[in-house]
Parts: sequence; structure tokens; C-alpha cells
Amino acid sequence: MTQPPRKIGGTLLKVDGISLAFGGVKALSDISFEIREHEILAIIGPNGAGKSSMLNVINGFYHPQQGAITYKGATRSQMRPHEAAAQGIARTFQNIALFRGMSTLDNIMTGRLLKMKTNFFMQALYWGPALKEEIAHREVVERIIDFLEIQSIRKTPVGRLPYGLQKRVELGRALAAEPELLLLDEPMAGMNVEEKEDMCRFILDVNDEFGTTIALIEHDMGVVMDISDRVVVLDYGRKIADGRPDQVRANQDVIDAYLGVGH
Amino acid sequence: MADLFFFLEVLIGGLLSGVLYSLVALGFVLIYKASGVFNFAQGAMVLLAGLTFVRLTQILGSEHPWDGMFVLALAITFAVMIALAFAVERVVLRPLVNQAQIIMFMATIGLTFFLEGAAQGVWGSQVHRLNLGVSELPIIIGDVLLPPLDLVAAAAAAAMVAGLAVFFSRTRIGRALRAVADDHQAALSVGIPLQSIWVVVWSVAGIVALFAGLVWGAKLGVQFSLTLVALKALPVLILGGFTSIPGAIIGGLIIGASEKLAEVFIGPLVGGAIENWFPYMLALVFLLFRPQGLFGEKIIKRV
Repeated sequence: MTQPPRKIGGTLLKVDGISLAFGGVKALSDISFEIREHEILAIIGPNGAGKSSMLNVINGFYHPQQGAITYKGATRSQMRPHEAAAQGIARTFQNIALFRGMSTLDNIMTGRLLKMKTNFFMQALYWGPALKEEIAHREVVERIIDFLEIQSIRKTPVGRLPYGLQKRVELGRALAAEPELLLLDEPMAGMNVEEKEDMCRFILDVNDEFGTTIALIEHDMGVVMDISDRVVVLDYGRKIADGRPDQVRANQDVIDAYLGVGH
Repeated sequence: MADLFFFLEVLIGGLLSGVLYSLVALGFVLIYKASGVFNFAQGAMVLLAGLTFVRLTQILGSEHPWDGMFVLALAITFAVMIALAFAVERVVLRPLVNQAQIIMFMATIGLTFFLEGAAQGVWGSQVHRLNLGVSELPIIIGDVLLPPLDLVAAAAAAAMVAGLAVFFSRTRIGRALRAVADDHQAALSVGIPLQSIWVVVWSVAGIVALFAGLVWGAKLGVQFSLTLVALKALPVLILGGFTSIPGAIIGGLIIGASEKLAEVFIGPLVGGAIENWFPYMLALVFLLFRPQGLFGEKIIKRV
């Protein structure tokens, strides 16, 4: 089967020699890899390999002790989460982190906060521009709601939704920021086959239609091999492989990490 | 007819003191909405603001209310409360991002002791008289006696509450606030600057505390017992809901009016002094039937 060639560009983000420790526990040691424009990169590895830590370093939740991150040409050793968000990095979480008391619509609207230009304080005074702006953002959000096929739950408080739909709303919130780099931490965990297929389709469509670069963590190997352009494999905080899915699948280190080594 | 006037007098007196309860409750609601934390230190902030202000007027030599030094003292106290917000964010909240709510709550208990100690350590623990320049002679309308201080305070409080309600419900800061209250991590990931939101909210809570300190200080004298005013805010919050600014107002009015009416009309039947516990009774009954309060957000739990 031949895939239509997607325009994978130059390096969007590069991590270089990242080491992160919590006290004496080394979560990441000397990790380097790059994420290229418009690609889907999967980060895989056994439990505790440091995959989520890696995402947390990229979006600024964790500050690595060593190493540097180059994003869109600017190199830095650390960054704060809201700065990462401002520069176009959006993410979802392994354990869903939605605003449970708010409706689907409001949750996705929070994703637009950084795009809102009228000043916090002026907004209370100026009705016209602030109102117009709210309407413009609402239109974007409605397009995302249509795209993710969640029209019927737009007014439902997300705390009431089933798990699979919550994951979808979380993706919607991340998309609302119109990110350049989208980080997905186990977007398909705990889903049934049908929900997984839907989610795969959304991820591919986002990548295809908006050209969004996606880095995702996933345990379902079938999914990983199907949708990703490249795969990075972590084990015990080290990178053990990096390449196209078929290369990684044949890599002896990867097989050993997953199945254990015979003695 | 005399009975009706008497009833009205009790009712209005109750509503007026209710507005003052609302004012204290409002400080709690603001911080609870923004950080999901019950700020135990709100009472201590009232004391700090009241003491700082009254001692500054003495030091600066303010001779009568609203002269230049009086206004200067007010401005300095204002600045102190805002500085406190920055300090609290930096020293207490920032290191505790993403911790369980109970841990934040314990931190505010620590903050309470610190503020009470610091306020009294710096300014002394004597009782100070505070004169806001409002006449103490009651205004008489028909046969109803109204205390002017309460009237002025109620009017000012109403204006303040209306302003805050609009600010927090109509601006996007309102949505950001709710987001922060729900989930710190998620709020950070969509780019809400947690730190500035906290500083804004604690500043507003500090200003509300300053206002409450002035009004209650003028009524009771500026002294340690101002911190206990915060206790009266508890039943108000339970009635109105911890997350609702209108709830804090309506809750305050209901508590104020019902405790005075109960004291005067039911009190004699059971031997009096029920004003002190009646609000808590009411709060208990509410907890049984409507735990989220009159205007609180629905409590949703998936099993």
C-alpha cells in the first residue's frame, strides 16, 4: 500500500541531552531526538520508561537538570507551561485533565484564552470589541465541535460524560489553541476498539488537514505502527531506538525491552 | 401598627448586618473560585487590614476622618494588602501548585497564625477605636430606627459586590478563574498564567478584607475578635454556595435577617440568645437538603 506523500519538513523541535531526576530517581538520562514539521511521532516504551516525563519536559511542567530544547530555532533549557502554550504547544493528559464543572463548550473555549486579544480589564469596560471577539472565538470552537462530532454534548458538564468522550473533549480543547505542536499522552488508553478507531481518524485528520505536528505516547502497538511516521523508543529513561515503524519493530533492543532478555 | 414597625426595624437591621456578613463571605468565595481552597486566613486578613489602617492613622496623625492623612493611611493599607497578595502567591501558593486541596487548606491555616501574629506583633494588641466619620445618631423613618453606619456600609458593600460580580462573571477572567479552580495542570497547559490569576484574586480578597476591617472595626473596635467575624461567613457560604458571588450576597441577607428575626420573635419562647447558633442550625439543615448551596455548582460524581 502506498501512502500519499506528506510534506514532512525540517526540525520543529529538538531535544538535546535531556536528563531529569527526581531526587535519586533518574527519570530521563541523556535523551536526544527531534520532532519534524507535520509528522506524527510516537514515543513508546514499557511502563515507567519516562515517556510522560518527556512530554512534561517539552511543555514545561518539568525542568530538566541537563540538556536543552530547541523549538522553532530558539534554544532554551527550560520554559514555563503558559509560555509553551503561548508558543503553540498544546497537550492532552494521560489522566484526563478537563475542567469537570464546565460544559464541553466552555472547556474548549478555555483553549482559546491565549488567542483573545482584548485586555483582561478592558474587557469589563468595552462591550463592543470584547463581544465581537467572543463571537469570533465561538465560531472557531463550533468548527472544532463539528470536526470531533461532539455537537450533542456541547452543553453537558464534562464530568458526566463517558471516558471516551472526555478524551475527545480534551483533544478539542488542545485543538482550540490552534497549536503547531500537539502532545498527546495516551490518547487511546482505556478505549474500546470503535473509540480507538475514531480517535485514530481524528489524529490523522488533524495532521492532514491542519498540518499539525503531533507527538503522541501510546501503548497500543497496532495503532502506533499504523499512524506514526517515526517512533522513538524509551526504556528506563534511555532512548534505545529511533526510526521508521518497520525499523523499530525489527530492532533487537526494542524486542528485548518489551519481552525481556533470556538468560 | 407598632408591631409592624417593630418587625420592619428588626428585619432591616438584620438585612443590613447581613450585607456585612456577605462582605466577609465574598472574600472566601473569590479565593475558593480561583484556587479551590477554603482560605482560612480571610479573618486574619480582616484583622491585618483593620489594624494596619487604624495604627497608620494614629502614626500619621490623622485628626478627623477623611482628612489628608486618613486618605494616605487608606492608600498605604491598600498597598499593603496588594503586597500581601504577591507575597502569598510567591511564598505559599507557587510551591504548592498541583497539591491536594487539603494541603492548600492547611497552608492557609498556617498563614492565619502568621498574619495574626505579625499584625499584633507589629501593631500591638490593644483595642483601637475607629471613626469613619459617620454619625452615630440613628435615622428615624416613620417609627423605624436605622443605624447610619450600617446604611452607609450596606450601600458601599452593595456597590462593591455588583462591580465584582460583573468583573468575574462577564469577563474572560471569570472563565480562567473557573478553569484554575478545576484543574491547575490543565489550566497551565492551555496557557492560563496561574500566578497572575492568583495575585489578582488575592489582591481583590485583600481589598474586600480591608473594607470589612474598616466597617466591622468601626462597629466593634479594631481588635483581635475581628478574626471571629470570619466564622459568621461559614453559614453564609453553606447557604449561598462556595462558588457563587450572588450566593454570598443572598446567603448573607438570609442569615442576617433570619438570625435577628429568630432572636426577637422565637428567642423568648426558648429562653433567648438563639442568634448565636441559629445561623449554624440553618446551615446544617441546608447541608441535608442542598449541599451545594442555593447557587453553588452542581456536584457531579461518576461512579
